[in-house]
Amino acid sequence: MASYYYDTGSTRYRFANLAELMAKASPARSGDELAGLAAHSAAQRVAAQLALAEVPLATFLEDLLIPYEADEVTRLIVDRHDRAAFAPVASMTVGEFRNWLLSPHANEVSLAALAPGLTPEMVAAVSKLMRIQDLVLVARKCRVVTRFRNTLGLKGRLATRLQPNHPTDDPTGIAASMLDGLLYGSGDAVIGINPATDNTTAVVTLLKMLDEIIERYQIPTQSCVLTHVTTAIEAIERGAPTDLVFQSIAGTEAANKGFGINLELLRQGQQAALSLERGTVGDQVMYFETGQGSALSANAHHGIDQQTLEARAHGVAREFSPLLVNTVVGFIGPEYLYDGKQIIRAGLEDHFCGKLLGVPMGCDICYTNHAEADQNDMDMLLTLLGAAGCTYIMGIPGADDIMLNYQTTSFHDALYLREVLDLRPAPEFEQWLSESGIYVHGEGIKVAEQLPPRFRNVIEEARKFALPG
Amino acid sequence: MANTPSPADHSPAEHDHSVVTNSWRSLRNHTDARIGLGRSGNSLPTQAMLAFQLDHAQARDAVHLALDTEMLMAGLEQRFPLALRLHSQAQDRSEYLRRPDLGRLLDIPSTQQLAALETQHCDISISIVDGLSARAIHEQALPFLDALLPHLHRAEMTLGPVALVEQGRVAIGDPIGEALNARMSIVLIGERPGLSSPDSLGIYFTWKPRSGCLDSARNCISNVRPRGQSFASAAQRLAYLIKGALEIEASGIALKDNSDATLEISDGQYR
Repeated sequence: MASYYYDTGSTRYRFANLAELMAKASPARSGDELAGLAAHSAAQRVAAQLALAEVPLATFLEDLLIPYEADEVTRLIVDRHDRAAFAPVASMTVGEFRNWLLSPHANEVSLAALAPGLTPEMVAAVSKLMRIQDLVLVARKCRVVTRFRNTLGLKGRLATRLQPNHPTDDPTGIAASMLDGLLYGSGDAVIGINPATDNTTAVVTLLKMLDEIIERYQIPTQSCVLTHVTTAIEAIERGAPTDLVFQSIAGTEAANKGFGINLELLRQGQQAALSLERGTVGDQVMYFETGQGSALSANAHHGIDQQTLEARAHGVAREFSPLLVNTVVGFIGPEYLYDGKQIIRAGLEDHFCGKLLGVPMGCDICYTNHAEADQNDMDMLLTLLGAAGCTYIMGIPGADDIMLNYQTTSFHDALYLREVLDLRPAPEFEQWLSESGIYVHGEGIKVAEQLPPRFRNVIEEARKFALPG
Repeated sequence: MANTPSPADHSPAEHDHSVVTNSWRSLRNHTDARIGLGRSGNSLPTQAMLAFQLDHAQARDAVHLALDTEMLMAGLEQRFPLALRLHSQAQDRSEYLRRPDLGRLLDIPSTQQLAALETQHCDISISIVDGLSARAIHEQALPFLDALLPHLHRAEMTLGPVALVEQGRVAIGDPIGEALNARMSIVLIGERPGLSSPDSLGIYFTWKPRSGCLDSARNCISNVRPRGQSFASAAQRLAYLIKGALEIEASGIALKDNSDATLEISDGQYR
């Protein structure tokens, strides 16, 4: 295991190993400080970045941050690495790799071909040398297209997850938020509910309700109830109409154990959903959420900085050919990302790393009330992610999630982004919105004061799913 | 949102022709979600935008409001023979937010204060902790105690000194209960403010409190506030938990809450 140093004038900065070099090179954030891994000074941080710029990319294939024997995520990363795909950048240092990514040599085609040759640690390393504009520019060049009942990730498109959560999973309450969202043009990525309980019967009821609404109104989208993968498998065994299987994932085996999962369980979830053959234009059936800090909060970080571990979570996601992956960037709290500045940077890093690895990356642009952040910070991250070509964002009534008690982006926020950056919904969904008289690209929302007649019975239809008592 | 009208419940002025209102706003009788907000162009109308800002401002103020220890100590001294003022190792709010570990530990003067007490065994130690909402403590702590204390007296529970703790997290009740030789610990703490719940009190119950207790060894009663769970019902549920804990000599996942309301774990659980 090599050690690293960098000399600036009279000072020699030493870094004991690659993990320390990566951590010290990370732009400042509270989670690394909490873990005792952050740079002790601004100069030490830049010295680490200068030393990291000299590290050959190939080093990351030899000097493993978490040992192969100790962690199944490391084994996945190493075993799946494609040497042939890696060849075009194999002789570069991290600093040279940044230059190459910014150059015209890196384009939609070359980046897609390169993705299987990149490891999470390589993309994390280069992200640490990048400014915000670099993270935007390079991510924008990446194209990751996925399909289930519509086509996501095409150039010039921005999708939204309609998130109609309700604190008690009341079907009429959920239907009311869902209807509001559809009438504001939201829901092409997925209509996804965070249920209040992991109870399988309740989950099956919600899946049936979502299925019936999507079927009745012929909406070209997919549904998901964001429950634990084991609950989803059980629901599928009970015959629930399940489009996507969801799971929160992290970048180490131990942190995943904290989520009650491992790679084999994710494979079982994927197989269960595939067996239903519910996709019409594709069969990408997995939906993952990630977020910096999850490994530290499970005390499973192995002394690795939280941004590198987040990229490793994207490496886990990649294995299962997901339809959707998003970082829940500000959800975990200020002990991991303290303020708007840290949340904005982390959101762009996560999006960049995911896209470079070939993952269909979206972002839950969000914050909690004890973070030093507000709607203005979210507007900045939203606009920047739009410029970076983010695959999808969340859509929730008035930005206020009354179930999870945090703030994410609203239906209105997505319309703002589509308007200022000329971004369209997924093509199949755009056509449905247009035929339904809801939204026309370039003209905006067409629905006036009154509920369109064909949607008048949504609440009544939802009522029959209400649980007795 | 459902009970007290907030600015968001008022529709935009009829004469404001720049705003498209939504008739389906009436579906708000099915949910507290901010549906049917209307739009100016495709953006939020002024009223709805400012209503959100007001709710967020109140939540922010709740996080940063300092605990009114004078008022609370006066109230506690009326109700308990001995009330203690303690402090965690987190010096201020900024450190508290960045270092959850320090909020779980007592500072040295507090530890010394506890060590100097002539401690006898007691059944229950009660700690009142600012947590993430001092406002919740200001508004709910004393009324909740008034609902709880009759239950404890009826059950002939002996109470240790009550502790008022600044910059504390839930687990700070453990070293306090341990120092007071308490069989059980009750922590009243300000919960992470939601956008429409800046004043929510959480109650954590731990059998045999001691430093290093796992969160899975606690029971939680959440959302105690006038527009959430009532003081009377929360006190009743806590009395029920105490009775159950005395029978099985344990709390947490081993102690089933068979009263009707569901248990919720709050305070930053990662989904």
